[in-house]
Amino acid sequence: MGFQTLLFYLLGAVLLAAAAATVTLRCMVRAALCLILAFFTAAMLWMLLEAEFLAILLVLVYIGAVLVLFLFVVMMIEHQAPPAQTKRGYRAAALAVAAVMGLELAAVLSSPPPLPASAVPPRPAGYSNTEALGSILYTEHALAFEAAAVALLIAIVGAIALTLRRRPARVRQQPGGQSRVRKQDRLRLTDGRAEPPC
Amino acid sequence: MLSLAHFMLLSGALFAIGVAGVFANRRHVLVLLMSLELILLAVNTNFIAAAHYLQDLGGQAFALFVLTVAAAEIAIGLAIVVVVFRARATIDTEDLRDLRG
Repeated sequence: MGFQTLLFYLLGAVLLAAAAATVTLRCMVRAALCLILAFFTAAMLWMLLEAEFLAILLVLVYIGAVLVLFLFVVMMIEHQAPPAQTKRGYRAAALAVAAVMGLELAAVLSSPPPLPASAVPPRPAGYSNTEALGSILYTEHALAFEAAAVALLIAIVGAIALTLRRRPARVRQQPGGQSRVRKQDRLRLTDGRAEPPC
Repeated sequence: MLSLAHFMLLSGALFAIGVAGVFANRRHVLVLLMSLELILLAVNTNFIAAAHYLQDLGGQAFALFVLTVAAAEIAIGLAIVVVVFRARATIDTEDLRDLRG
């Protein structure tokens, strides 16, 4: 058993354990932390598959931004929301569905004809995964790439528009109105006699 | 020797765990979103394994797009969760049944 195989089994065990902990732990902060562990382990598996760029992207962008945002929301909400109790029937249904799906996948993947042979020729020296991925992203998949950028932009606008809270009671400066004001708006000259209250 | 089937079995198991999480934690919106993340991670692992063993970088490009859409989805999903929590002071799906006929 080679070193890569050993690494695969080790990382796979950690990944499955972290995923199982994510969906079973009652404390949501711990579940989110287990999710982060699962993603990190998956990034190492992707590294094993020579997808170096995506592995680093998963760690830097996905764990660093998205999952930390997740943790942020969980910590903001969890201690204020009353804990929900899971009904027992759902857990049985969940186990049944997972077992059936796992068995079906195993049956399909282990049945003949076998999947393509595992003999992957080694990459030539100087091969860069980032460069290769970029060269097909900007040529073959240029349209999809731009569509993804638009999707991200819409997500940014949507997230801000959803969570932006206007507070009408807040006092703030209005520089435009301040500079437009004239003398007769503010100053009124009287002749000194008391005016009757209106 | 590792093969494509190894990685596909692993990501299949991960996918099954994610789906089981959706069923088991039906009342926690946040845990539902975490289960969705696990499912998407399994799909991405599958894509990347196929890209490696079939020697086709298109799988990695597709995994990148899946990551992008997943990030957008989670940003919008969390924003909706925050808005709902602010309006209703609960995110229990049993309490959010206004649209039920």
